[in-house]
Amino acid sequence: MADRATREALGATLIELAALRDDIVVLDADLAKATTTVKFKAAYPDRFFDMGIAEQDMMATAAGLAVGGKTPFASTFAVFATGRAYDQIRNSICYANLGVKIAATHAGITVGPDGGSHQMVEDIALMRALPNMRVLVPSDYLSAVAAIRIAAQTPGPFYVRLGRAAVPALYTESAEFELGRANVLRTGADVTIVACGGMVWRALAAAGMLAQDGIEADVIDMLTVKPLDADTLLASSGKTGAVVTCEEHSVIGGLGSAVATELGLNGPCPMEMVGVQDVFGTSGDPEPLMTHFGLTASEIAAAARRAIGRRTA
Amino acid sequence: MSQPDIAHVAHVCQAMRRDIIEMVAAAGSGHPGGSLSSVEIVATLYASVMNHDPARPDMPERDRFVLSKGHAAPVLYAALAEHGYLPREELVTLRKLGSRLQGHPDMRKLPGVEVSTGSLGQGLALANGMALALRLDGNTAPTVFCLMGDGELQEGSVWEAAMAAAHYRLDNVVAIVDLNGLQIDGATCEVMDLGNVPEKFAAFGWTVMTCDGHSVAELQDALERAKAATEGPVVIVARTMKGRGISFMENLCDWHGKAPNADEAERALAELSDQGE
Ligand SMILES: Cc1ncc(C[n+]2csc(CCOP(=O)(O)OP(=O)(O)O)c2C)c(N)n1
Ligand SMILES: [Mg+2]
Repeated sequence: MADRATREALGATLIELAALRDDIVVLDADLAKATTTVKFKAAYPDRFFDMGIAEQDMMATAAGLAVGGKTPFASTFAVFATGRAYDQIRNSICYANLGVKIAATHAGITVGPDGGSHQMVEDIALMRALPNMRVLVPSDYLSAVAAIRIAAQTPGPFYVRLGRAAVPALYTESAEFELGRANVLRTGADVTIVACGGMVWRALAAAGMLAQDGIEADVIDMLTVKPLDADTLLASSGKTGAVVTCEEHSVIGGLGSAVATELGLNGPCPMEMVGVQDVFGTSGDPEPLMTHFGLTASEIAAAARRAIGRRTA
Repeated sequence: MSQPDIAHVAHVCQAMRRDIIEMVAAAGSGHPGGSLSSVEIVATLYASVMNHDPARPDMPERDRFVLSKGHAAPVLYAALAEHGYLPREELVTLRKLGSRLQGHPDMRKLPGVEVSTGSLGQGLALANGMALALRLDGNTAPTVFCLMGDGELQEGSVWEAAMAAAHYRLDNVVAIVDLNGLQIDGATCEVMDLGNVPEKFAAFGWTVMTCDGHSVAELQDALERAKAATEGPVVIVARTMKGRGISFMENLCDWHGKAPNADEAERALAELSDQGE
């Protein structure tokens, strides 16, 4: 399968869902082409609302639609979806536990040349902290389709984090996805690598590098960052005794923080975090930027070696 | 401004259009449409209205410019290069890793950029804050100019700031709206109708002027009068055309955020040299 961006799953999956369910409605904030909801607009113009460049209004309107029995998907770039409209998400959506599904695209560093103002690396932190909110970070096209379906099927608010850049296919059509369950993509006894989103294929590449030196890694795709699959995590860390987390997000408040909390409380072991080190992004092409911020397979492999070293020391 | 001066600014505008095309083409991404619609506005400000000195970008008495529609960064960089804030050769580093020319203006990287922008709807409040600080310092010389897109006016925060500027009678704030009628998803009237923009600002207590946003003479006149105003904030609603100056970009949403390829850039530059003669 060709590389595809997870955001491409959005418009396509929403159309599928809308064919089966009258309650599915979609809102966007002047970014319908980029988020791909424009496909939904073309197929279901009556159920699509472009709210203009007004993200706060979009979120509260989505909340109102949910009160009225609809299942709204609200979409824009991650930075505006979570940052600009945080209070609407908190007080109008999550406080009332309304079924608004926020499908945010252009998350993380791979947004590229638009630069630090647009590279959102704190969104998982913001959304994870909210009671009632569930956070899904799919790693390829098919898992993105699954995440959008799960969000549509499950009552309550969801945040689905999607990317701009194309990523390799990791799953086949027969793959199964479930809220609260991570997928183990590779098994090994020496180290646990937990990743989400566009870092999962890099984690698999890192595991390949480590295998050349006889180090075998569990690679866990933690698509469901909240609720975190603690069982899968602790079973793996209990076996390996060394953990690396990988995310295209700040090391503050994201997947790494969630894993650190779980390990700290229920199964302490050496752990390393690969993520954005408390800095803003900057303009550049996606892959050079990922290297610049240390978000590469070789950095993951190096972190795995450090974690293993700390375990045996 | 005399006829020769107006001719000079018009000449500068063509140079800036060339710079915009060249830098966006070199970057392979960026926002030509909204940069081109703002050329005359920004050129007139920097060439004839604003008091500024490239040798002293932190001069206290300088006028300030806030590019609230931060995606139009290329038009700002072109003006700054034109006036010697940076070497023209640096323009082609736009959006590249390590460049001072970030995709959206970054005040911590490039002298001459007064304030960092990129998230729409925040520039007017930034301008208000800067104007209040000037007032507190007793620094009455500077005017803070703030350029917004028309789609940008859909952000509620713009109207919160409009209310505040009138409330605090900020006669040292001048807003300019680049009324090109387009945003990303389509025409502003179809995506989210703004209604009558001049009337809206008037209802918020602003003095409102309108002009042809591609006429240097009209802009110059309006900006000078706005700068001299002493009765609270002034907005200039400038009628413009997105992509102005490049025939195949004019009035098309498609060119909002897309770089020309090598062939398109060549055609665009050829058109500009024809117009320059
Ligand atoms: C808060 C926010 N929401 C969305 C965007 C994405 N965006 C960048 S430019 C743009 C359209 C701007 O339209 P307009 O203000 O009319 O600008 P112009 O036509 O002058 O380019 C949008 C939606 C943004 N930068 N900031
Ligand atoms: Mg516009």
